[in-house]
Amino acid sequence: MESNHKILLLDDESDLLELYQDILSRLSSRPQVQTATTGARALAMLASQPFRLLICDLKMPAMDGLQVLAIVRRRHPELRTVVMTGTEDEEFRSRAYALGVDLFWLKPETQQNMQMFLECIESLLSREVDHGFRGIQSKSLIDLVQMECLSQSSIVLRVTNGSSMGRIWIHCGELTDAAVEDLVGEEAFLNILSWKSGTFETLPAEPDRSRTIFKPVNGLLLESAQAMDETAGRMEDGSPRQREQDRASRRVSALVQAGAEWAVCLPSGDARPVEVCGTQSGEELAGWMRVACEACRSLSEQLNAGPLGQLRGVHAEREVLLLPWEDKTFLVGWQTGVDAEHALEKSKKIAFSWDS
Amino acid sequence: MGLLNLFYSAGSKVQRLPSGSLTVDREGGIVSSTIASDYPPVLLQKIVQDVLRLFREARLAQLPFSEISLTFASLQITARELRGGAIIFLSPKIQTSSTPTN
Repeated sequence: MESNHKILLLDDESDLLELYQDILSRLSSRPQVQTATTGARALAMLASQPFRLLICDLKMPAMDGLQVLAIVRRRHPELRTVVMTGTEDEEFRSRAYALGVDLFWLKPETQQNMQMFLECIESLLSREVDHGFRGIQSKSLIDLVQMECLSQSSIVLRVTNGSSMGRIWIHCGELTDAAVEDLVGEEAFLNILSWKSGTFETLPAEPDRSRTIFKPVNGLLLESAQAMDETAGRMEDGSPRQREQDRASRRVSALVQAGAEWAVCLPSGDARPVEVCGTQSGEELAGWMRVACEACRSLSEQLNAGPLGQLRGVHAEREVLLLPWEDKTFLVGWQTGVDAEHALEKSKKIAFSWDS
Repeated sequence: MGLLNLFYSAGSKVQRLPSGSLTVDREGGIVSSTIASDYPPVLLQKIVQDVLRLFREARLAQLPFSEISLTFASLQITARELRGGAIIFLSPKIQTSSTPTN
């Protein structure tokens, strides 16, 4: 018979430890819950017996939670880890996720929060050993949905933002349903995507869930990006960093929607920076774009051939399309074999929506 | 109709767009050509040098093109890479059915 999973609770407050030990012991999977009041003690316990899950506070004397997690990640990469803290600090959240924690949760203050927390713990305990990378940071929800759809996943994404909790159902890479509060379907999906921050948890797939969303996910992501853009235009208080992230998300959405691999935007004049989306070789490509623009300009003038409409380059792995657009020039990367007319039309759409 | 010839100046003719193909080696030397012989060699060399430069610079940017196609409003230049040289096709976008060659 399979033994119950073990949970190790680490907190320097013994009263809280007792309380959570009691609550977690009552989960339906009946886990064995053990406690430690120091990081050193927790590490010793982890070394001596197998645990399924570590729930850890951040602020502790001597060795803080992040230090413990760094060691745990190295020594016990298979151990699921949860940070439960009273400190609402985006930096800590970011650092914790960078260390690969499965869940970062503020200590529950309401019964509803506690219930959600317990559901997440139960889900983490019951999930089979999975493959892939831990710790997703600096990725928007749009990125996350795109990744799950592109990888043909079947999952339920549970997303929380403050006291709001939404769910997104993905089946075989297709978005099938979403729900948040009283909303369902597309409306709920767009509502969830409008959240600027939060936490997410992947739950097992629910293949029997009725489908309410029939639009392609890329179309909805584009709608969402446009809606966010309109909202950003109305709001004056968005930080420059946030606006930049929103713009980057919209550009990624536009690229995915078009089926392009990457795009580089070269503004006229050297003073303005090159803008890149989807490639690490932006400067190299921009260098070639400058050469190409200069060559085409002089050819146009000397041959009286008229303005350049497009320049298309083909090699074994990729096709690129250089497109003058207003006071900018775009270079868009496509997979080899793409239809030339299609690539031109879609490249124009990317250029058109670049700054929108 | 001969009256109109009084206003025609033989010295101000419009340069035709080049039409045909040419093969060039890696140094830009023209190996063979079907371009009209009265087309200015300077302009032909300009096309050749720019096309070879585009291939060369693209390789430096990790874009080893096998083909480049430049679409201007009235001229299409298509070039295929040939061991450092190129074969270049020049096609004016003219609505008439045939293009005169000399």
